[in-house]
Amino acid sequence: MQTNPSQTLRRTPLRDSHALLGAKLVDFAGWEMPIHYGSQIEEHHAVRRAAGMFDVSHMLAIDLTGPGSQTYLRKLLANDVAKLKQPGKALYSCLLRPDGGVIDDLIVYFFTPVNYRIVVNAGTADKDLAWMQAQSDEFDIQLAPRRDLAMIAVQGPQAREKFWQACPGSRAVSESLNPFQAAFDGNWLIARTGYTGEDGFEIAVPAEQAAAVWSQLHSAGVAACGLGCRDTLRLEAGMNLYGQDMDENVSPLEAGLAWTLSMQDERDFIGKSALLAQRPTRQFTGLLLLERGVLRAHQVVHSAHGSGQITSGTFSPTLQQGIALARLPSAVASGDQVEVDIRGKRHAAKVVKPPFARNGKILVS
Amino acid sequence: MNVPANLKYTKSHEWARRDADGMVTIGITDHAQEALGDIVFLELPETGRKLKAGEECAVVESVKAASDIYAPIAGEVVARNDAATDAPETVNQDAYAAWLFQIKPDDAAQLNGLLDAAAYAKIAEEG
Repeated sequence: MQTNPSQTLRRTPLRDSHALLGAKLVDFAGWEMPIHYGSQIEEHHAVRRAAGMFDVSHMLAIDLTGPGSQTYLRKLLANDVAKLKQPGKALYSCLLRPDGGVIDDLIVYFFTPVNYRIVVNAGTADKDLAWMQAQSDEFDIQLAPRRDLAMIAVQGPQAREKFWQACPGSRAVSESLNPFQAAFDGNWLIARTGYTGEDGFEIAVPAEQAAAVWSQLHSAGVAACGLGCRDTLRLEAGMNLYGQDMDENVSPLEAGLAWTLSMQDERDFIGKSALLAQRPTRQFTGLLLLERGVLRAHQVVHSAHGSGQITSGTFSPTLQQGIALARLPSAVASGDQVEVDIRGKRHAAKVVKPPFARNGKILVS
Repeated sequence: MNVPANLKYTKSHEWARRDADGMVTIGITDHAQEALGDIVFLELPETGRKLKAGEECAVVESVKAASDIYAPIAGEVVARNDAATDAPETVNQDAYAAWLFQIKPDDAAQLNGLLDAAAYAKIAEEG
């Protein structure tokens, strides 16, 4: 039970800052990362009610430059970067295999048609980069992984105010940012994005400045938060987790990601023809456990239309109830009652449309 | 590490206490609650259930994971701590006060086969 991270785990520039704050460090996708600093639930509430910060430096930023950048991304990504007109605008997209399976989900930031930044998941970074390189032959582009950067997500209703308190010099450039928009402040990138369902910023800074920024934020009253509550927050917010809710063997059409697919025009992208031929039989939905307990990934769900499976489950600190994301037969409707098999016993649950909670408010009942 | 000297322990991180009335009270150790993190759900055995030593008989769930609880010795369940079921976080606050269930032991001498505080502390430290 004791955590003894081996020396071979990779460390972010903030690893020692976490240790100083008493973090419980665990192996996350080969990185030594904080799971919590004492109480995962208190950290969760800090983000929903005030402000919390996460070290997300294990994720990889990749800078894309060159005259072919836009045409390359329009081929590579299932969402369409041509939607991005304003410098700094961000877009969520899937990276698909030719058969429609999901290689990763990512955020792409547009600066100019010849300059973008892509941020991908930690566990998939190497395979993503290899895939992106392999698709780049016919395009005049360069891909530059930025392991020289650290990334901090500051999230919560007070996150922006506290960030400006900690880094007053960055206020002017970031004050007018709309959601899903970013701006450079010197060599920092400040983005109004996140993975919690709360307002806030994600800040990319040179690795050597990370510990100072972290400590200024902490002094401004931002709670250090581990990856444990990052998962319960994103689940409440109805956001997918790669590797759990979808992977290379799952279609985005059965993972609640149809809204991210830009299919309506002539543009061809990798995976498009496969998706057009698919007839999904399952849908992605939320579950609320009607009895006391905790929902978990891989639990079987029985409905009047056949069975399905939970892909992500937890105990929601905001709702004080078991919640889950699940893949169920398409005929199941919101409001239906289903049964979840927990340790051999069936427990009643209700089908709901995610999100469960965002911006401090409960959104389902 | 908090390992009271007056209790007996198992390798699977339960504690057991012989009470004045001959019953045995069972819970999870401070080390176990620490490792589990925030506890949010308890499933405790029905009173009247007869347990064998080492039998899976309860579940403690934290936000992170579900953990099985095993009967340290054989006996019949005579009480369960419904206050803890209603407020599972009390197990995090004081794992030795927030007991889980109580049994009438088949043979109280089985307690002698369990670990003492020093032996358990050593196991817990080694992880």
